Amino acid sequence: MVTLKINDQEVKVAAGTTVLDAAKKLGVNIPTLCNHPDLCVAGNCRVCVVEQTGARTLIAACAMPVSEGMDIHTNSLKVRNARKHIVELLLSEHRADCTKCYKNQKCELQTLANEYSFGEHIFLDLVEDHPYAIDRSSPAFLKDDSKCIRCQRCVRTCAQLQHVSAIAVSHKGSHMKISSFHDRPMSHVVCTNCGQCVNRCPTGALTEKTYIDQVWDAIYDTDKHVVVQTAPAVRVALGEDLGYDPGERVTGKMVTALRQLGFDSVLDTDFTADLTIMEEGTELLTRLKKVLVENDHSMALPMFTSCSPGWIKFIEHKYPKMLPNLSTCKSPQQMFGALAKTFYAQKRNIDPSKIVSVSIMPCTAKKYEADRPEMRSSGYKDIDFVLTTRELAVMIKQAGIDFRTLEPTHYDSLMGTSTGAGVIFGATGGVMEAALRTAYEIVTGKPVPFNNLNITPVRGMDGVKEATIKIEGTVDEWKFLEGAELKVAIAHGLVNANKVAKAVSKGKVNYHFIEIMACPGGCLGGGGQPIPTSAEIRQKRMEAIYSEDMHMDLRKSHENPEVLAIYKEFLEKPNGHKSHELLHTHYIERESY
Amino acid sequence: MENKGLTKVDLIFESIDVRKVMTKAFEMTSDEIIKEILDSGLKGRGGAGFPTGLKWKYTAAEKEPEKYIVCNADEGEPGTFKDREILDRAASKVYAGMAMAGKAMGSKKGFIYLRGEYRFLLPQLFVELHKFHKMIHEIGYDFNIEYRMGSGAYICGEESALFESIEGFRGEPRNKPPYPTVSGLFSKPTSINNVETLVTAVMIIDKGAKEYVKLGTKDSRGSKVFSISGDTPIPGIFELELGMTVQEFVNEFGDGDTKAVQVGGASGFCVPRKRFADTIIGFEGVPTGGSMKLFNSSRSMYNVLHNYLDFFAEESCGQCTPCRVGCQQLLKGVEKVKKGEAKSTYLTELVKLADTMKVASKCGLGQSVGNAFRSIVENFREEIIY
Repeated sequence: MVTLKINDQEVKVAAGTTVLDAAKKLGVNIPTLCNHPDLCVAGNCRVCVVEQTGARTLIAACAMPVSEGMDIHTNSLKVRNARKHIVELLLSEHRADCTKCYKNQKCELQTLANEYSFGEHIFLDLVEDHPYAIDRSSPAFLKDDSKCIRCQRCVRTCAQLQHVSAIAVSHKGSHMKISSFHDRPMSHVVCTNCGQCVNRCPTGALTEKTYIDQVWDAIYDTDKHVVVQTAPAVRVALGEDLGYDPGERVTGKMVTALRQLGFDSVLDTDFTADLTIMEEGTELLTRLKKVLVENDHSMALPMFTSCSPGWIKFIEHKYPKMLPNLSTCKSPQQMFGALAKTFYAQKRNIDPSKIVSVSIMPCTAKKYEADRPEMRSSGYKDIDFVLTTRELAVMIKQAGIDFRTLEPTHYDSLMGTSTGAGVIFGATGGVMEAALRTAYEIVTGKPVPFNNLNITPVRGMDGVKEATIKIEGTVDEWKFLEGAELKVAIAHGLVNANKVAKAVSKGKVNYHFIEIMACPGGCLGGGGQPIPTSAEIRQKRMEAIYSEDMHMDLRKSHENPEVLAIYKEFLEKPNGHKSHELLHTHYIERESY
Repeated sequence: MENKGLTKVDLIFESIDVRKVMTKAFEMTSDEIIKEILDSGLKGRGGAGFPTGLKWKYTAAEKEPEKYIVCNADEGEPGTFKDREILDRAASKVYAGMAMAGKAMGSKKGFIYLRGEYRFLLPQLFVELHKFHKMIHEIGYDFNIEYRMGSGAYICGEESALFESIEGFRGEPRNKPPYPTVSGLFSKPTSINNVETLVTAVMIIDKGAKEYVKLGTKDSRGSKVFSISGDTPIPGIFELELGMTVQEFVNEFGDGDTKAVQVGGASGFCVPRKRFADTIIGFEGVPTGGSMKLFNSSRSMYNVLHNYLDFFAEESCGQCTPCRVGCQQLLKGVEKVKKGEAKSTYLTELVKLADTMKVASKCGLGQSVGNAFRSIVENFREEIIY
């Protein structure tokens, strides 16, 4: 333990603790900008400078480890002067058109400006000296360098959490900026559109591309029938943007709010999550049979899940040789979209050209996914607009809805029924658990041998998880699997996905089925979720997801009555002809810039 | 004030029997070598002036089996060209200094980070290096040196940015601590020394610390190679004993009309004529990595300052706020004042900003921009405004 003094109060902390964390322990708040709990220390914004008695210069509290006898002052004249200068300097290179900015009142620089630099600015405006242009090339997000304060959170996110490095620092001095390979537009580099950078950008330099106005237009258009679907992870995070603490489940209130916003039908992505399990589970069993029994290697093992569009683009760029290992199943969002303009349109007797299909996603990559040319199997654009959890919160506020007082209601019935298996798609390991609940039962006729169906080995926040399920007591059709050990792996965050994909590509591991989610924690930590994010917040959202699962009457996808009905009435059977037409897709080899 | 007057010295370029010094060093223990360097009072010749003996002692104390000796030959300070001359004329002494440092600290691997613009020296440096490797092998010592090339960024002369560059990353300074002596190149304990420092260390071992301390003053022991340029009839490289006043320097090198001397390059201090007599060139007065630029009365100090600020706005790595934005603000600020678009009192705000940069920047670059700024603005205020 190390003893030091901060603002004349003594504190004892473990060696290696930063001055910033030691101060936190005393309840002393030191402002930060480049610092982020998910990322390595940068120490480059210098907002957190404090005075250490005897030191030649001020020190960056975020980067300085404590030492015995240190005497720190966080609010001395020297510190205040420097901090004000630093905030002013950042403001001078930042296009501060706050009232026009999407991040207005959610901007960390704005908050600091409020505290340290109201009144006349000291320094000259530097924005005009740079030829800035907004990069709008990605369908998922905007990159506005004129708002960038060069804290490099995005760069560290892209490298450290996602192993993508689509963005990096280029040039130096006054020309230093965050850029892509050869300054290409973001749509033409390895960017996966995961939006993790958007989640961590302290200003409005990186924001999701918003489609709020287009959705309002559709809602007001009486000629249109607007259906909305909500992804599993939205219901455990939306509350954070509406004044609730992390981990609050607001499913019923959210459904009511969506109805009040004017959507014609409020439906659930969890329904197609259940459907995904039927399709993907069947695909897995088919692959196992072909490869292991019939020795037919036209199908590849292990099979990777394909729900996460960020992961899809990652593998397309980085491991194109393994594309045959990807499940051909579309993501639940896209299955929903394809069915909304076919099955749903038929059942409700609506001209599919009049249907506007909106999805509320915890994700920015879903915006990109909806734009993929493959995603038009209904004959129309399967999903018209994708909004993030954050955008939904904005709409609710715009409509003047008092969210807290809303009475919870249920989803509409056609494509609105789901099970706990669909809900847990929102957490890392959830797709695996849902698939095992169903596949095990198909093969053995018995529920998975875990207490309360909770397959705990695949849960939790470890970057890479592994589990082995022994298959015993198989029914006749699946006798060949008797005694087999199904080896599965789960990775979340692309840095972990990369570890698994690399091991698979080198033949170092022997899995059958691998679940990958591009974002830390799975969809609950998605790029479209409320800001801020941290391990603690994601943990709370995860607990809420599993609690939601426990509160469901049905918890196995193959018991979803609407899923059973859609196979009977429309799709015929999993992996059948119609399924392949509407619910499956193919992938594209991409260059790795 | 201890004043030694101006005395020319010939140590760095003195022709010595390198094999003999190396043999002597290899017979000494690590502690003996370090003690000799400590006793000599040698301070780093790159400009920052950290005591070399201490640096070696700290690195030697680390238990890590793998350590590195890095020679900083990324000579980029405007007006400095002495390392080029040393490498050109005394490369074997540079190599000897590295091997000796390796012996003192328990390292078998050295890297020389050579300024990109000095690539033309490489062929002859390789010839020398080959001979050197052969020689130390013959006397039974194992030490290997490799060259790494810079690519033109001034910031890569900062030690931790230099490590990043060698490791293949963008040259950006690291947070300190940890210091290089604990975690430097490839996160191993590293002693990084300037070209001239290493050669001086060789001469100290050759002649003995007792002899060496006869040169210079208490705070600035020994002699130093100066790169002299600007308004002088005799520009070039000169080795001088430390401890002279700027006046004595100007008497020797000035053109009779010197109004200011920029000591230590863009990151150094501007000494105006009225301070020549009472300013010592050395760590007790104005330290320098070697750059001495003389300006006569035909020069506009606004242009001099503008030139330096332009340089810094370009050469800041851009990582930390005070340096990246501060340099741009100082540059734009003096331009506005000159054009009459900002009040002359704005200079006072800029001086305060320069002070913030000095205490809040991440590395020595941003911390030293204020030196030239403050000393020029304070001494030549009227030239900046009118």
